[in-house]
Amino acid sequence: MAYLQVNEITKRFGGIVAVDKVSFEVNKGEIVSIIGPNGAGKTTVFNMLTGVYTIDEGEIVFDGKPIHNQKPQDIVKVGISRTFQNIRLFYDLRVVENVLVGTHINTNYNFFDSVFRTPRFRKEEDDKVYNAIRILQSIGLDNRRDDYAQNLPYGDQRKLEIARAIATGAKVLLLDEPAAGMNPQESAELLQFIRSLKVQGYTVIMIEHDMSVVMNISDRIYVIDHGKPIAKGIPSEIANNERVIEAYLGGVNINA
Amino acid sequence: MNDIKQKKNFNIILYLEQFIDRFKLPLAVSSAVLLLIFPHLLTNQYILTIVVKVGIYIILALGLNILTGYVGLVSLGHAGFVAIGAYTASLLATRLGLGFFLSMLCGMICAGIAGILLGLPTLRLSGTYLSIVTLGFGEIIKTIAMNWDSVTNGTLGVKNIPSPSIFGLKLTIANGGFYYLMLVMLLIVTLFCYVTYKSRTGRAFLAIKTDEMAGIMMGINVTYYKVLAFVLSACICASAGALYASLIGYIDPNTFTFDVSTMILSIVILGGMGTIRGMFIGSIILITFPELSRSLMDYRFVVYGLILVLMMRFRPQGLLGWKSQMPYKLSKSITRKLEQARSDKQENLSQ
Repeated sequence: MAYLQVNEITKRFGGIVAVDKVSFEVNKGEIVSIIGPNGAGKTTVFNMLTGVYTIDEGEIVFDGKPIHNQKPQDIVKVGISRTFQNIRLFYDLRVVENVLVGTHINTNYNFFDSVFRTPRFRKEEDDKVYNAIRILQSIGLDNRRDDYAQNLPYGDQRKLEIARAIATGAKVLLLDEPAAGMNPQESAELLQFIRSLKVQGYTVIMIEHDMSVVMNISDRIYVIDHGKPIAKGIPSEIANNERVIEAYLGGVNINA
Repeated sequence: MNDIKQKKNFNIILYLEQFIDRFKLPLAVSSAVLLLIFPHLLTNQYILTIVVKVGIYIILALGLNILTGYVGLVSLGHAGFVAIGAYTASLLATRLGLGFFLSMLCGMICAGIAGILLGLPTLRLSGTYLSIVTLGFGEIIKTIAMNWDSVTNGTLGVKNIPSPSIFGLKLTIANGGFYYLMLVMLLIVTLFCYVTYKSRTGRAFLAIKTDEMAGIMMGINVTYYKVLAFVLSACICASAGALYASLIGYIDPNTFTFDVSTMILSIVILGGMGTIRGMFIGSIILITFPELSRSLMDYRFVVYGLILVLMMRFRPQGLLGWKSQMPYKLSKSITRKLEQARSDKQENLSQ
């Protein structure tokens, strides 16, 4: 069984079936992309994976354990973390503090430790701050450590979101349109960065519209349209798949 | 133009912060000395009473600040928590003869429980909806105090609340003891707010305030932290309530009107939400202003309102509501570790 196994999950909002029996599997250390036209239900899939939405049918199995319909906190604890389509940073906090919020789940000192500044508090807080700085260094944001998140340029904000997700100790990162709004140079940098994540052993699931990113980096691609899975395969297969081209371009065959 | 202005502001704050940072020790010592000898410089008890009242309102504002400034939940009913603290403490002191500190503690516990009871059902509410519910809460507490005659003595109120005493020494305004009691409590509450703010609890509070959804996705238990904020806030306000009751020696339901709630909220907003320094300047201005402007008579509330309106227009973040421009403070062990890592890396490169 794969590392993350999604079996025929379905989500209905009233009469509308937003996601209809979507299945996919992700192996450890893979980069898997989910693509599809706007409104296909990609973000809904992410919301189901992270526990924001309950699923109506199907199951999600991570590392041998079912995780569907659990609370978001529990899913983060298991090791799945995400970024958002519209950047959702803690803008009033500094860059390093944003990453520290990510370490929240792995911090074990309790309220009284923090009030009385016990050795346990100091040690753990130091560890976390050091860890946060190392993450920022690896992502190339260390020079902006003291800035407030709202003052970062767009590309750096995206990076910070990923840094924050890494800080939760996640093994699987769900990136929701990481390259959205980036210029070609920024998305090329992002490409490099996601590759380096793979080298470091992270598993990445990505929703993305920028085909230069998707085709270059993905080990496998799943395509959804109107909530239904329509294709899966390696990038070269997907690029020539007629149903995919139809979904994106409306039935015009550009293969010829 | 706007850019230049902002840049200038930025520098002033940075200079100020650097100045304070450099002269930390002398500034702390001189202000401590000043605060300690303050009652001996005065012959006027009236001024000392006002100073103590300012201190009590700073504690109240620090309490509300945890809920409103950190977590972003606006409460219009904090007079309710003050009332619970004040009533519990003074009833225990007058009827059972409990000491001040014990009865204050009981008041804080009662208010904490009330905080849970108010916090849990309102978890899903925010903004104006929450404000309306808390407004109702304040009124309910007042109405209970008014109508539960057998316990609270109804509209007649609780009389002859004893002054706090330590080892048989009565702490009153006249001997200055009450002032020192207020000072100690203020110090404890301020430190408490500071250490809470600078910990994962504080970060979780701020995360919930800026983006609850993102906070949940970082694994923050929003229910726990919202209720915790309600409880901490209620406890702090209750302790100030108990202090207030023993200062005046008499409380009735009309001591804890909606005006008190709005006053606390005004202090928080005027001083700068989410800051500790702001609570000090806010209460100093808002509590002393009515006293200083007695010559304006009835017009003083017009001026008072005008100040608040102008402030909202020109400085919505509050008088001292800036964000620190100093670098994030790292502990020594981290700096050492980082330097170690850097030199290791350089060695590797040179090899």
